[in-house]
Amino acid sequence: MDYRTPLSRAKGLGSAKSGTGHWWMQRITAAALVPLTFWLIKFLGLSMTAPYQQTLDWLVSPVNTICIIAWIIAAFYHAALGLQVVIEDYIAAEGPKIISIWAVNLAFLFLALTALLAVFRVVSIG
Amino acid sequence: MAINTNRPTSPHLQVYRLPLTGIISITHRMTGVMLSAGLVLFVYVISALAGGGESYDTMQTVMNQWLFKLVVWGFIYALFFHLCHGIRHLIWDTGNSFELETLNRYAMIELAASLVLTLMTFIWGHYGL
Repeated sequence: MDYRTPLSRAKGLGSAKSGTGHWWMQRITAAALVPLTFWLIKFLGLSMTAPYQQTLDWLVSPVNTICIIAWIIAAFYHAALGLQVVIEDYIAAEGPKIISIWAVNLAFLFLALTALLAVFRVVSIG
Repeated sequence: MAINTNRPTSPHLQVYRLPLTGIISITHRMTGVMLSAGLVLFVYVISALAGGGESYDTMQTVMNQWLFKLVVWGFIYALFFHLCHGIRHLIWDTGNSFELETLNRYAMIELAASLVLTLMTFIWGHYGL
């Protein structure tokens, strides 16, 4: 016998409520980061050794600006999602667990916004 | 209520020798955490670029100190390892390649591939080492 209401059956989410959203986003960002990782290696290499003007010119070309914005969104989101799983695995107490996850999410949101602001500043210089 | 302390326990991590797949699995998690922390350095690099030529030059001086170079190369290797094992996870998500023989063979391929990719980055020569 099924005790679930017709509505809960239609939603099909079970007791976890949120479904597979977290898992799914982890995979989407992972797939996006596969090609973007090689782009990042190129960018980091330039930043480590190339003169200022060369790195600037390279980054303000539309393709590279799009790549860095896409990388920032995918990487920081992917990191926050991954750290959430680590926290859930190792912190048993409910209070500290929730506070840690919030702290991680806010920290990575802040870092991502800082990086995006820097990209907009770079674009406005170049 | 008396607690039976004589019950069988699962092998404790400190006395249990992890198989290669287990070592790689925990390394994937550790590199993930370290790479997340390393994102702070990325924010520093891009902010320095946004700050103009002078702050960019200062950033290069800092990043080219041997300690930071070591961190950058550690980041690059961790990134490639996490990438290789991440692709493996995406393959697993399709429900394939769970056979024991495949697991061990892919584990060796991942380790080799991440080393080769790091070496190729080194040979590419844009990191000034």
